[in-house]
Amino acid sequence: MFNPVELLRHLGAGVVERVWRLGVASRFFVALLLRSGTALRRYPLTLREIWFSGVLSLIIILVSGLFVGLVLGLQGYEILQRYGSAEALGTMVALSLLRELGPVVAGLLFASRAGSAITAEIGLMKATEQLTAMDMMAVDPVARVVAPRFWGGVISMPLLAALFSTMGIFGGWLIGVVFIGVDDGAFWSQMQASVDFRYDILNGVLKSAVFGVAVSLIAVFEGYDSAPTAEGVSRAITRTVVTSALAILALDFVLTSFMFRELS
Amino acid sequence: MNRTTLDLWVGFFVAIGIGALLFLALKVGSFAGVQMDESYILKARFDNIGGLKVRGPVKSAGVVVGRVAEIRFDAAAYEAEVLMKIDARYVFPKDTFASIYTSGLLGDQYIGLEPGGEEEKLAADGTIFKTQSAVVLEKMVSQFLFNKAAEGQETQP
Repeated sequence: MFNPVELLRHLGAGVVERVWRLGVASRFFVALLLRSGTALRRYPLTLREIWFSGVLSLIIILVSGLFVGLVLGLQGYEILQRYGSAEALGTMVALSLLRELGPVVAGLLFASRAGSAITAEIGLMKATEQLTAMDMMAVDPVARVVAPRFWGGVISMPLLAALFSTMGIFGGWLIGVVFIGVDDGAFWSQMQASVDFRYDILNGVLKSAVFGVAVSLIAVFEGYDSAPTAEGVSRAITRTVVTSALAILALDFVLTSFMFRELS
Repeated sequence: MNRTTLDLWVGFFVAIGIGALLFLALKVGSFAGVQMDESYILKARFDNIGGLKVRGPVKSAGVVVGRVAEIRFDAAAYEAEVLMKIDARYVFPKDTFASIYTSGLLGDQYIGLEPGGEEEKLAADGTIFKTQSAVVLEKMVSQFLFNKAAEGQETQP
């Protein structure tokens, strides 16, 4: 029953399989970039995808951002007032949103709202042989279908993260200043004194752009690579959400350790 | 969905997205760190810098006039050498006094510059010689306890 050689073989097969998939994904990424020219020249295609993954994600991003901000306001006030520094609430809310929560939570929501939809769309196109039909008509499916969706996601993601952070800060202000009664002037001035444009805001935007590339690439690749059956598409969607979430959290750790290392 | 409505929605989305970025840049953040395009370096030597950090503020009369650019340990003199990036708009006299203060009880530490009365100004890469080190809380507490103990002995016959 228990055979060490067999076990090692399983391990090896698993590793080979994963490295192989990673290689396929990288080649797919390069091919996608090479054929993006057409997608960007025929910009109505990309515009439709910005509408699909950006505009349609607005509601969930704005509402989640507001609630995350409200919770940060309540919890932050409760902790900070123990040390008599409730005025630092603005700083706490703004920094935690701009540096971490904005890009990461917006990225996770984007992966589950837009990434899964992109995978489902491309996977279903493949299952119903629409992609093969396009190929037959000498229309390149990567340029016509995949690239616009990829760029739509890449463009939408930083904007969504910025909106998430803005809504969160508004939520923190609503709880802190309007409901609890932290001083309005101190809330904003302490925030402005400690938030640096380049260090905090631009690094946050950069993070969200990296997450946008990662999530969009995973979504289009899983769709394009899915088995052309109902079960295959559903598995591909699951993989998109799981892989995107793991990729966002892992990339976030790496980026944070490079960007904010001066603090330690 | 027809083309004009779609364009309208995408335009709206991009506009509020950029609006959010502008709001973050202007209302939430401050351009203070970026605006300082022209600056020059001043050096100061301290016996003890306490918890002073790189990028910490340099203030004069409470106004931020620069940032701490680099902190080095001078192994020859066993002193800390602090390089400050000062906004080029401000010049300070030669006998400026640099001290390390703490904002609030537990706040960040910053360098305070108190200008003296000398006519001659500090040039770029100049060194401030009059400095005062950071107050180390443990030293202050032990001094206080020591004084208390000494007082107690005096009152006792």
